[in-house]
Amino acid sequence: MTSTLAQKSAKATQGEIDMTRHYSAFSVFREGLKGHKGWAPLWRSPAPQDAYDVIVIGGGGHGLATAYYLAKNHGIRKVAVIEKGWLGGGNTGRNTTVIRSNYFYPESTRLYDLSVRLYEKLSRDINYNVMFSQRGMMVLTHSEAEMEIASRTVNAMQINGVDAELLDVKDVQKKAPILNYRSDARYPIHGAIFQGRGGTGRHDAVAWGYARAADQQGVDIIQNCEVTGFLIEGGVCKGVETTLGKIRSDRVGVAVAGHSSVLAEMGGYNLPINSYALQAFVTEAVKPVMDTVAFSPMTGSYFSQSDKGGLVIGGGLDRIPSYAQRGNTPTQETVLSGIIEMAPALAKVKLLRHWAGNVDVSPDSSPLIGPSGTQGIYINCGWGTGGFKAIPAGGYVFAHLLATGNHHDISRPFDPDRFRTGRLLDEAAGSGIAH
Amino acid sequence: MQRFSCPFCGLRDEREFHFAGEAGKTRPDTTQDVSDKEWANYLFFCKNTKGPTREIWVHTTCQEYFIMERDSVTMEVLGTTAMRKDTA
Repeated sequence: MTSTLAQKSAKATQGEIDMTRHYSAFSVFREGLKGHKGWAPLWRSPAPQDAYDVIVIGGGGHGLATAYYLAKNHGIRKVAVIEKGWLGGGNTGRNTTVIRSNYFYPESTRLYDLSVRLYEKLSRDINYNVMFSQRGMMVLTHSEAEMEIASRTVNAMQINGVDAELLDVKDVQKKAPILNYRSDARYPIHGAIFQGRGGTGRHDAVAWGYARAADQQGVDIIQNCEVTGFLIEGGVCKGVETTLGKIRSDRVGVAVAGHSSVLAEMGGYNLPINSYALQAFVTEAVKPVMDTVAFSPMTGSYFSQSDKGGLVIGGGLDRIPSYAQRGNTPTQETVLSGIIEMAPALAKVKLLRHWAGNVDVSPDSSPLIGPSGTQGIYINCGWGTGGFKAIPAGGYVFAHLLATGNHHDISRPFDPDRFRTGRLLDEAAGSGIAH
Repeated sequence: MQRFSCPFCGLRDEREFHFAGEAGKTRPDTTQDVSDKEWANYLFFCKNTKGPTREIWVHTTCQEYFIMERDSVTMEVLGTTAMRKDTA
């Protein structure tokens, strides 16, 4: 059976040999002359091989980025990414696309700013436009006391080597005139913490771009293949059982966000994770009214405007632990009333779509990267509501862990052992960011 | 909008309730030596079950803690039970 598959695969590759793979203005022009019939598929859809050097469970952003960096940074190309649904069909395709590194602790800054720096070069690196638009990210303040805390945050960010500015209300008004500047507002705007390098990206493109780049390095991307168990031999993980059969590997990385605990139960390890629904909303397209991202810690709501004109809206978690990929109505009310408080002019804009993803929330609002507790299984989870922004860094350090068996310096503070040693990284307390 | 049943107040708006943790954990016996791992397991680690779950919730308006059984996929409430013991 294996040889048949190999023959088929070789045949398919030969047929595609003249197809256009590299994206450039020239290739668009050349394909335009040929009726756009020569574009190669973004990735192959191979049947799984019997064994791999590394298996990554989860074909979202983190899993695909991990596979890409395993190949690119560590030369490990015999890698499979196993996805139970379709690529980027989980939280990678369900978030509000905000990218930022406005954290408090040095450990967090090193991780999230690595991500911003990788995002800055990502489109060129993977030859796929992820549309990272550094339109800036504002965290509003609504009182003099909050302005004092904001200046502390700005100082912390600058000391940690990240760009940060303290804006007064006039600066905020220049950047986002749509917001409510009336002095009788329930939450009057006093100023904001501004990170100019923050912004938004195209979430699907991040998944597809990493998938395409990983595939070109030889990674097998296997969709519609669900992991049903781990092959544990003598207490050590030797691979996975899937709906397409057994696949062996001495190293298995699990990057499945809200379903991390389900895999943990199969793998015989524990996690300090609770899964919640996180909702997002997009409105009908309107003329350009917002060219940055604004977040109000007082209401918990934030919004930006997509290139198509829709307002992309997010807020806090649903407060009920959930594996349902849909949200509840009280949170919808809270998030949307927060937006109307921030920008009353938007009250009559109609919602176009609304959805939820299952996010993996850790006790200290920081991710977990490290050995799982079962030999051979490694975890990348606990990103909570902020996984999208962290995709490049999460993949980068997780690839390092899977390739070498040891932490990258940047991921070491995020090892799950911090819950035993007590060295928590509480960013909910540190930066007031609730994930 | 869901309604949850407080064992003392009856059916109330979900916004009046707060999730307090999974049920069935036993606090380590502090008259004995307790390892860091045991404390961590008790304080932080949890099953986070997909499907039927048993959880501790608090009705914030009356401050009563109770057990709620529900399904974390369908969000159906399967029942609630008081945690308090009879004082008699």
